[in-house]
Amino acid sequence: MADDLEREQSGAAEEVSVEQQLARTDESAAAEQARADADEADAPPTDEQAPGEPRPLDDVEQELLARLERELGDGVVESADAFGMLVVRVKPEAWRRAAEVSKHELECDYLSFIAGIDWQPAPREGDEAGGDTSSPVQPTEMTFGVGGSAGRMQVFAHVQSTKHHWGVTLKTDVDEGHPHAESWVATYPGADWHERECWEMFGVAFDGHPSLRHLYLPSEFEGHPLRKDYPLLARVVKPWPGLVDVEAMPGEEDGNGAQPAAAEAQSADAQSADADEEESS
Amino acid sequence: MSVDFAVDRQAWRHLADAQVNVELDTGDMILNLGPQHPATHGTLRLVVRLDGERVVSADPVIGYMHRGYEKLTEFRTYPQVTTLINRIDWLSSFANEVPFMHGAELLMGIEAPPRAQYIRNILTELSRIATFLLFLGEMGLQVGALTPPFYGFRDREHVLNLIEAATGGRFHPNFNRIGGLKDDLPWGWVNECRNTMKVVFDACNTLEELVAENEIFQGRTRSIGIIPQEVGAGYGVSGSNLRASGVDWDLRRDGKPYLVYPDLDFKVWTHPDGDSYSRYWVRLQETREAARMVVQMLDRIPSGPIMAKVPRIIKVPEGEVWVETENPLGQMAYYVISKGATGPFRVKIRSASFSNVSILPWLLRGVYVPDVITILGSLYFILGDIDR
Repeated sequence: MADDLEREQSGAAEEVSVEQQLARTDESAAAEQARADADEADAPPTDEQAPGEPRPLDDVEQELLARLERELGDGVVESADAFGMLVVRVKPEAWRRAAEVSKHELECDYLSFIAGIDWQPAPREGDEAGGDTSSPVQPTEMTFGVGGSAGRMQVFAHVQSTKHHWGVTLKTDVDEGHPHAESWVATYPGADWHERECWEMFGVAFDGHPSLRHLYLPSEFEGHPLRKDYPLLARVVKPWPGLVDVEAMPGEEDGNGAQPAAAEAQSADAQSADADEEESS
Repeated sequence: MSVDFAVDRQAWRHLADAQVNVELDTGDMILNLGPQHPATHGTLRLVVRLDGERVVSADPVIGYMHRGYEKLTEFRTYPQVTTLINRIDWLSSFANEVPFMHGAELLMGIEAPPRAQYIRNILTELSRIATFLLFLGEMGLQVGALTPPFYGFRDREHVLNLIEAATGGRFHPNFNRIGGLKDDLPWGWVNECRNTMKVVFDACNTLEELVAENEIFQGRTRSIGIIPQEVGAGYGVSGSNLRASGVDWDLRRDGKPYLVYPDLDFKVWTHPDGDSYSRYWVRLQETREAARMVVQMLDRIPSGPIMAKVPRIIKVPEGEVWVETENPLGQMAYYVISKGATGPFRVKIRSASFSNVSILPWLLRGVYVPDVITILGSLYFILGDIDR
């Protein structure tokens, strides 16, 4: 709370050093241009506030996308820019080919990561989260991020070029009932661990992976913890110990979603045993 | 006695060899290194299959410290996530915070004031120095030299004192806020920092003489554990480990501009060999370079506010952002997906050590057991950074 007050007091002046970023000398004119474009796009803060507003691709991104489209044809479903990063969604059939194209045509020799996304909203959020200020209230309907999605599950990966310093994020849709994607291990050996992690956390099988087995979790573990319908067990067993009642500041209508009235009602029975918490509220 | 050993010593030797080979089973042996081994910096278990002293295959077993941070971030608000990500790579906690804060700021369309950017950058480089000084000393320990770690720990303490003086925490500063920093620097800190940088330069010289130029050290690390460029990149090895293989790629210079690195004058060090020694050498040079950067920034640090104008309750607009920074251990990145709520919808944490260690099965094949330890040491991973 003290931090918040401090933040308000000290945040009077705001200076944006866009010029400093633009006044950068670099080796590659093309890369410089790309950065400058990205900076210009980032500069007006009003742009950032509008969600879903498409940004134009810069030169490097267009070149990368053109190469991908040339090789994959209609395998490329959708593409978009996210803060200067190219996001390309490819068809599941083209996933392995996308890795080969990235490595050889885009010269992205460096695999940053492969991971999964579960776009389904977590069921426990919303009404149940009342009073738990630590619990961010997420929207209840399923929406998809940059590049879109055909369904709930997706696999995404980021590859980069150590030579040209560019990178691209690739996404592909994964069938919810029988989640599986093609393995990248043959192209990027580092995909091994990332795909094992994705398999145990999201239950996405990778066809062609040499040995899909648990990486982090014990081998007898059941369930896929990073799926949104997998509850955070610590919260199920015991209510969040940091429950506090949030009172709106004077003149402030917009709470953080956890309504104070609901918070009191819920937290009263949740923590009647906890004397310390009662005192603090 | 029927054989006169004193006359034909050679015969005795052959006889003994033959005897040993007949009676000993020379099949493969499975050896567990760890989970509790002093050379593994934590709980990394390495199952190595040995043929004599030579490693046939190695399988790292991780997850003893898995804390599920990617899941936990979905149950936290943005300011609360700082506490978690502090503990990913606990030797350079401050550097972990920066990319996440930067990502949230990008999504919200705010930018930290210049002074905050400078202080962030100074503390990031101080974390790098602290992390590397520990490595530079500890690497001596991996080859059996007991003195260098003490020098490393001693001089790192000066840097940790600086971080503590500025942030209040030696290991987990939790100092970044979305839009700036918690506090300004304390009085006299800049001068203190400048003095400490002299200590750091001295420490680098000492450790260079003591470790890097040591004949035994070179014998134990040169042409041991060679990572070729394309293999390292394919495995996602990053940071100093990749630069030691001759890849001239540093996100501070080559990535999207962040903090005040574009204004700084610094050299990216590479080494063509890719062996354990070159990884040591590159980190040694980078420690000096980091100290030079800190001195540059201390000269230029502007005055002004340390917090931008941010709402009291932080709601981050819908969007996706990928923020990567050059952390001491390598590429640290967050893929933050926001749905316009007070907390992130999904955070993919891309930690450096995870990929750096995933190369071990490839790298350890065919090396000798004592070299396993030096290779592990020279890759320099933090278990929290692997297990997240």
